[in-house]
Amino acid sequence: MALIEIRDMRKTYDSGEVQVHALRGVSLDIEVGESVAIMGASGSGKSTLMNILGCLDRPTGGSYLLAGEEVATLSRVRLAEVRNRTLGFVFQSFNLLARTSALENVELPLMYAGVPRKERHRRATAALERVGLGERVHHHPNQLSGGQRVAIARALVGEPRLILADEPTGNLDSRTSIEVIALFQDLVASGMTVVLVTHEPDIAEHAGRIVEIRDGLVRRDERREPKPARVRADEEGAQA
Amino acid sequence: MSLSQIFLVALRALLRNKMRSFLTTLGVIIGVGAVIAMTAIGAGAKARVEKTFESMGSNMLMVRSGASSRGGVRGGAGSQPSITWDDLEAIRTEVSAVRYAAPLLGTNAQVMAEGQNWATNVQGTTPDYFTITNWPASRGTLFDESDVAMGTKVAVLGQSVVDNLFGPFSEPIGQQVRINHVPFEVIGVAKTKGQMGHGDQDDVVFIPVSTFRAKLQGGLQQFIAGSIYVGAASQEATTRAEEEITSLLRGRHRIRRGAEDDFSVRNRAEFAAAQMEGAETMTSLLAGIALVSLLVGGIGIMNIMLVSVTERTREIGLRMAIGAKPLDILTQFMVEAVVLSIVGGLLGVAFGLGTASWLVARFEWPMLVQPEIVALAIGFSGFVGIAFGLWPALKASRLDPIQALRYE
Repeated sequence: MALIEIRDMRKTYDSGEVQVHALRGVSLDIEVGESVAIMGASGSGKSTLMNILGCLDRPTGGSYLLAGEEVATLSRVRLAEVRNRTLGFVFQSFNLLARTSALENVELPLMYAGVPRKERHRRATAALERVGLGERVHHHPNQLSGGQRVAIARALVGEPRLILADEPTGNLDSRTSIEVIALFQDLVASGMTVVLVTHEPDIAEHAGRIVEIRDGLVRRDERREPKPARVRADEEGAQA
Repeated sequence: MSLSQIFLVALRALLRNKMRSFLTTLGVIIGVGAVIAMTAIGAGAKARVEKTFESMGSNMLMVRSGASSRGGVRGGAGSQPSITWDDLEAIRTEVSAVRYAAPLLGTNAQVMAEGQNWATNVQGTTPDYFTITNWPASRGTLFDESDVAMGTKVAVLGQSVVDNLFGPFSEPIGQQVRINHVPFEVIGVAKTKGQMGHGDQDDVVFIPVSTFRAKLQGGLQQFIAGSIYVGAASQEATTRAEEEITSLLRGRHRIRRGAEDDFSVRNRAEFAAAQMEGAETMTSLLAGIALVSLLVGGIGIMNIMLVSVTERTREIGLRMAIGAKPLDILTQFMVEAVVLSIVGGLLGVAFGLGTASWLVARFEWPMLVQPEIVALAIGFSGFVGIAFGLWPALKASRLDPIQALRYE
């Protein structure tokens, strides 16, 4: 069974007189363990697709099965639970809480899941170790060049089924970008499903599948051999 | 999210803007402080009035001649002499609920001592008056029945008169004073009673009523140009005494059924109640003003919470994206508002108590802190936090996560 099953998904924004059709019938299956790059120009509908995939928005038509559960018609409260349990988000601008330690930022999703303090602490530390920040749990993210790593740890910590990344390298220099992509590739290698939205072809080519959206429809969907993100092992720690 | 967790998050958010949080709570601090200080002072004033009346004896009645009414012009109480010395005797002997009855005649007179003189209120009465009003001597003795019977020229001075004629540390007993040029011997000093309303109760000289009538009062002697103080047998008997005196005097004065009394019987409790009501009105007026400032403090909290919600729109969006439910967001901002207002309330209590005790020390106002008012003030400030925090918190919880995340 596919992790994501989208059938004929439509999203129409009704702004009074004009109806904007952002999605005009998208069908897409994503299997467990895939790495997918969703590409498209601005206004193509890729952000709308991303928001619906991330359970932040509901489609106006069609169906969306996430891990076998129909989420297209869930209430706001239930959607929040799905986001908390099943999804992990990585944003372009990190969206970390300022003046809050890396550890506490990573613990945040577990707090809303009601995980007890000790358990939360243990899992957040493990997640930070997994992204290579094990020794910097008490640093504040604005002291870290690896802000996006903290954000990835936060996405990982709830052991989600799917990680959604919205332009995760948009605010990073090329070197850090490669590090982040390498991190995503590690996650995929360990069986995690990663969907990222980007408009940069050289980022997309590191994914195993490229889906291109144009005018609210899927125009290209090809599986390919991902280009490995080359970061030498001896450099990795030094640049975090 | 557990409540203690929410509490910690709220506390941290508030401490992030220490100055702003403090200025916001200042409104509540001043509001609660004002409520505490005002009610403490108001209650203190009330307690003092209460104490004063208690010291006068609560089973006391005052009988006075009625008001004159001639051709539509009505005089004040006592302007129509109607109570006679025989009436006094009848009240004392014929009414079972009455234990004591004493006349009190007063006049203003110049009192002279060796080197000083002082205009004061000279009162002629009998020893029963001191019993009824529960007024002992602090030094020397009071005059007794034999002084009244013989019309001796002895005087009991109030402390204020002693201070003015002899000085506060003098020994007035045995000294001579002249009242309207008649020499009197000072035999006692009445115990200090303090202020009552606008008057100084200690600015008085007591002499036997017979001496008063012989030396100070001219004119008609048949009527009592003053009042009769009545001590009822007990506090419970006061009302009965009032009724019995009324019917006795109506009978003696031959007042027809339906006609008005030509005298008045007043109960000290009524008078006390009127004074207390005054004190209470003042207190609630002050407390009302203080409550308004507390409301203004609440508006300050609402204002800053709205600013905070706008500032942290992205944070709210993020929290929603990673799983915060609308209720989580609502609770977080509500707790922040309530923490602000409760902390303000607690600081306000400290501030109010400080202000009240300063006023007590500075102006010697009496103060009475009522624990229930303190609890009420803190509770009300919590309520202000809830009431004024609700709208900003609702606004935060209803944000659309997508728009919130994109907010710049």
